[in-house]
Parts: sequence; C-alpha cells; structure tokens
Amino acid sequence: MAYKRKDLLGMKDLSKEEILYLLDTAQQFTEINERDVKKVPTLKGKTVINLFFEPSTRTRTSFEIAGKRLSADTINFTSSSSSTTKGETLIDTVKNMESMHSDIFVVRHAYSGSVKFIAEHTDAKVINAGDGLNEHPTQALLDMLTIRQSKGRLEGLEVAIIGDITHSRVARSDVWAMTKLGVNVRLFGPTTMIPKHSEVFGCRVCKSMHEAVEGADVIIMLRIQRERQGKLLIPSTKEYAKYFGLTKDKLTLAKPDALVMHPGPINRGVELMSNVADGDQSGVLRQVSNGVAVRMAALYILGIGNNKGGMDENAS
Amino acid sequence: MKTLLKNCKIVNHDKITEGNILIDGEIIASVTASADEKADKVIDCKGKYAVPGLIDLHVHFRDPGLEYKEDITSGAKAAVAGGVTAACPMANTKPVNDNRIITEYMIKKAKEDGLIDIFPIGAMTKGMEGEELTEMGDMVEGGAIGFSDDGKPVCSAEVFRRAAEYAAQFGSFVISHAEDKSLAGAGVIHEGEVSAITGLRGIPSESEEVMVARDILMSKLTGAHVHICHISSKGTLELIKWGKSMGYNVTCEVTPHHFTLTDKELLGYDTNCKMNPPLRAQEDVDAMIEGLRNGDIDCIVTDHAPHSRDEKAQEFDLAPFGMTGIQTMLPLSLALVEKGVIDMPAFVRLTSYTPAKLIKKNDRGEIAVGKLADIAIVDPDLEYVFDMELNRSKSVNTPYIGKTLKGAALYTIKSGRVVFEFPTK
Ligand SMILES: [Zn+2]
Repeated sequence: MAYKRKDLLGMKDLSKEEILYLLDTAQQFTEINERDVKKVPTLKGKTVINLFFEPSTRTRTSFEIAGKRLSADTINFTSSSSSTTKGETLIDTVKNMESMHSDIFVVRHAYSGSVKFIAEHTDAKVINAGDGLNEHPTQALLDMLTIRQSKGRLEGLEVAIIGDITHSRVARSDVWAMTKLGVNVRLFGPTTMIPKHSEVFGCRVCKSMHEAVEGADVIIMLRIQRERQGKLLIPSTKEYAKYFGLTKDKLTLAKPDALVMHPGPINRGVELMSNVADGDQSGVLRQVSNGVAVRMAALYILGIGNNKGGMDENAS
Repeated sequence: MKTLLKNCKIVNHDKITEGNILIDGEIIASVTASADEKADKVIDCKGKYAVPGLIDLHVHFRDPGLEYKEDITSGAKAAVAGGVTAACPMANTKPVNDNRIITEYMIKKAKEDGLIDIFPIGAMTKGMEGEELTEMGDMVEGGAIGFSDDGKPVCSAEVFRRAAEYAAQFGSFVISHAEDKSLAGAGVIHEGEVSAITGLRGIPSESEEVMVARDILMSKLTGAHVHICHISSKGTLELIKWGKSMGYNVTCEVTPHHFTLTDKELLGYDTNCKMNPPLRAQEDVDAMIEGLRNGDIDCIVTDHAPHSRDEKAQEFDLAPFGMTGIQTMLPLSLALVEKGVIDMPAFVRLTSYTPAKLIKKNDRGEIAVGKLADIAIVDPDLEYVFDMELNRSKSVNTPYIGKTLKGAALYTIKSGRVVFEFPTK
C-alpha cells in the first residue's frame, strides 16, 4: 500500500505518490457509487465518528454517506469549538470518544492545526475535514479527481483559484497538492484576501480577473464568507461580484472547454453567476458526487490498512 | 563570614582580570591578584568566569494570584539556577500590581526566601485598564522601579504621555509593550511565510513598529525615559536607532528567544513557541543579533512567562502566549559570545551592568570593592541536557526542554551566600 500514515491531515506533507494513490483509490469508488446497490461490506464492524466542532452540513453528510456505503457504523458528534467553556478540554472530548472504541475520527475544527493536535493525542485514525484556515484535504482530492476525469490528466493544466485565498483552507490544500502534481496554479482575489507572503505557495498571483481567467483550463471560485471576515476585506458583495465574480462573459476568456468549480455552497450572483454555475461547463455537482468517492477512499485506506502506530505526518 | 572565590576570570563591563574575590558578609571586600586572603570558605573557580549576578528586567512570576503557574519562590529558584540574582516582575498579577501593598508583598516574599532581590514593575494605569494613572509616587516609595501595562499596551497616546511625565517626576520610567492591538487583530504568530503556510493568523511587524514610533515620540514630547520592552522586528530597531540618534531618552531590551528562534518553529504548531511579540523572520533575528553586536540594544531580558501544561496543551489559537526563559538566558546569551557576536564584557553590560543602571541600583552590576556580592561563576563550555530535573520553574513551557545547552552557572552567589550550585551527576 502506498499510504502508510496513521492519519490524513493535509496535502502539504504528502508525497506525489501518496496523493495519486488516494486519487486512484477514489476513482475505483466512483464506480461503486454508480451501481444500483451502493454498499460494500469493507468496513463492517468499524466505528467512524464525525467530530464536528464547526458546523458543516455538506461535508458531514458526505462523510456520513461515505462511511455508510462502506458499512461502517457512522456516528455524528457536533459541538462548538469552545467546548472548553463547559469545562471540558478538547483532549478530554477526544479521549472520551476514543474510549468508546472508535476506529476513525473525521474532524472539523475552527482553529488551524487543531486536527493535527487531536491526531497526536489519540490512537484512532484521524481524517481532517477542515481545520481553521489550514487544510481541507478531501476537498483538494475531490477537486483533482473532478479535474482529472474532465481533462484526462493533471500535469501541465492551467488552474485558476479565485477569491479569498488568505482565509481558505480549500485553496491551501489545492495549492499544496496541485503544485506537487505538476499543475500550474494561478491565484487571484482582492488584495485584502491574498496573503502577504503568497510566494510560499509557488503560484502565480494575478493582477486582474482577466489575467486570472485567460487561457485557464479550470477555474475554481471560492466561497466568500462575509459573516466571518467582517466588513473590512470587501466593501460590498455588489462590488465583489463586479470585479471578482465569474460571469459568462469573463468565462469566454478561458479555454473553450474550461471547467468551472466551486466548493459550495455558492453565493449565487456574488462569486458565481447562476448561468455559469448551472451551465454546461460547470463541474459543481460532479464535485459533490466525487466528494463521496474521495471520502470512501480515505476511510477505506485508513480503516483497512494495518497502519496503526505507523508513520506519522511528520515522518517523511 | 568571609568567602574567597579563587582563580576567577573576573568579568566587568569594561574588562576581564584574573584574580580572587573576597566576600565579607554581603559585600565584596576586595578583588586582588594574590590568593592569600583569609576566609571561612574558599571556592576554587579554576579559571572559570566570575560575572556580576544577572539582572532580569522582565519576568512574570504570577504571584500573587496565579501561583499554579509560578510563584515568587519557584521563580527565584529558577532564576538563581540561571545565574540571575535580581528580577523585575511585571504587574499583570491577580490582582494587578497597581498599588504599594502588592509591590511591598513581592519584595518581602523574595527577601524571606533570600534567593534573589525583586524590584517590581508597577502598573502604569489602575487595573492596567489604560485610563487612570496609578499612585506612582507611593509605589516608588514602596520599591517599584518602573511602570508598565505590559501585555496590555496603552492605546491612548495621552495616557501614555501623562504616565511618562508623571513617572519621571519620581525618578522612575515607563516600559512600553509596543503593540497596536487593532492591527495585530486575531493574530497568533508572526505574519510572514509561516503564517501563509500554516493558516495561523498573522501579527504584522508593523503592529509593533507603529507603537514604537509613537512611544519614541512620547519620549520626545515629555523628555521622560521610555524603555521599549521585548523588541522583535528589524523595523523596530531602526526606529530606536533613529530615536537615540535624535537624542531622545529611549532604551530597549530583547529576549533570548527573539535573537535565537524564528517563526519556522511554528510550522509544527508548537504552542511552546507561541508568544507575544511573536517569533519573527530570519532577517529580524539577524537584526537583533546585529543590534546586540553594535550596542543599539541595551539589555537582554527573558520575558519569563510560565504557563501550566494544560494551558499550553490545547488548540493553538486558545493557548496563552509566552515561554519560560529565566533559566535559559545564560546559555542562549553565551552562545552569542561563542559565535563571536559579543565578548564577555559586552555580555556583562547586556545582562547586569546596564540593567542595574536602568533601574538605578548602583550597588550591583559590577564586581568591585564595596558592591553587593551578587556573583555568578560561569562555565561557558559546560554541556548538559536541560531536563525536568534541572528545570526549577513550576512550568515547562519552553522548547528547550530536552535540548542540549552549552554554558551554565556553576555557582550563584546572592549577597555573599551560595544560593545555587550546578548539580553534579
Ligand atoms: Zn510584553
């Protein structure tokens, strides 16, 4: 097996081979999802707990379906990130869950690095379902799977990621993974949403929507979360839509067969116009179904592999 | 009782001499080349360095109020294990040291332990709320040596101005924790490459620099002495150089971690390296080293900030800022000597001579006849693993636990008494 780690915490530390192995396994699961009976007994008897310290119906549901299709017992645990206000520390929460003999934790948390922190304090396998601004590895995998299905390859493609790069764990995971696989990534967004030291991503940072979209094979539009970023980063959604939103017009600058993606849920009319989101170049729904396959692959690889206590994320 | 320290390399701020130090009671009675003085106790220092006991202008001893992290006794034990014989605790205790009673309590407790002297730094404003001045006159009389709302920067320039003016009237000074909180925002590490990589929110260097600029100008306005604490950025140092070149009464300090570690330590989300100001980039560390080399930085302090294990063992965003450091200041500073950045007299200037001058304690900071016998016998070549057994603080929030350090105090002498001996295994 090409993946020997205990956990799946992020794309940053994975090798090209490990990422490809995850993608290839996910590809196999897409076939199961097209069957009439979409259930295999692979993880029968295993317990998967979705530990969500930050609400996310979509990702949680996707992991839940993935677990159920593999016949695992899937349990949801939802709590606010500030469970410490109840006098219980994060470690206590995790140790409690662990002592109920859970095999895999799927963790979403509002703070960067906290899923790694959890993984270091439990023997259970841990899958990062999004930690703060840091990483969202299964999202990167489903993005790449969708692109590979559409374009037949990843290497050499021009991918534009547009929106709030600074506050996006999706953008980070995409960048770490794609650049390893030879994708040319370009970034664009309001200056207030581009990290000051974006050179560390090894991507081209564009100066205009025009430059970002021109000749792109794939355009990934990020979700704008005004409630989280306050009112300082953009003056209005109207102005955002004008300068940073993807319209049908702007899309014509990209390659004729360019694929449009979005991690969802879409703010229609803000980052993505409806006629683009629902148009025939949109890969948005394909992303959602690939999400299940990718999460099945992650659960399968960690759940079946006898890799307990093996290499940790820092070992490479 | 007389104690003779034989065969030392005696280091002062201006020179190194070979010789013997005779201590009579609490005072240095003579410093001579020959060793035929009569003494009750003789310690042969065999060519090791004798330096004035280190004076740490910036510590957090958490006493009163948060003694589970540290108290004055445990803080003093850690201090003497690091060659430190005097320390200045910041005012953010519980309750805040904004009155003479707490100031006197701290001094008295340290006196009873007899390990180190404590010179408290009083709060600049009542409750460290940034609004009303504390009774600085009364607190100075009680033993406070300076005033700071460390950790809670004074937002209002007017309040800072009045505090500086008022402190100066009582022969004291203000210490600025320079940080524009509105710019630092929800940041938890330096804003730089590592914050971009890790998704940990950044604190830009400019959040320090804008306040340093303001506080230098407040010194210009008032003529009062403004000391900028724990500086961390290259830009800050440039501003301080400018302030000094203009003749304003500004000084500054740096911690060993800010001249030793970069934000790269945070790539693995180690909360022991979460501190405020944050560990910055290599160019900032290089600037700190250059500032120590050429004398732009006045002294080395630890910002010793103990926190319990549980407080540090949580989500990075929730963990408190700060690391312990009073026991590692000596080896980390001697590393600068080893690298040739500074020489031993400069080490003494940075760690005791200038600190004593800044707090106007003329009885220490030098090894000379008539001065207080606060002395550390230092072996710069001693290598050891800094482990739980050596650690004397109640807290262990330091990245140096388990690491090999070089340079230690073999003996620490406080007012003529040996208060620490390096354990021989
Ligand atoms: Zn401070």
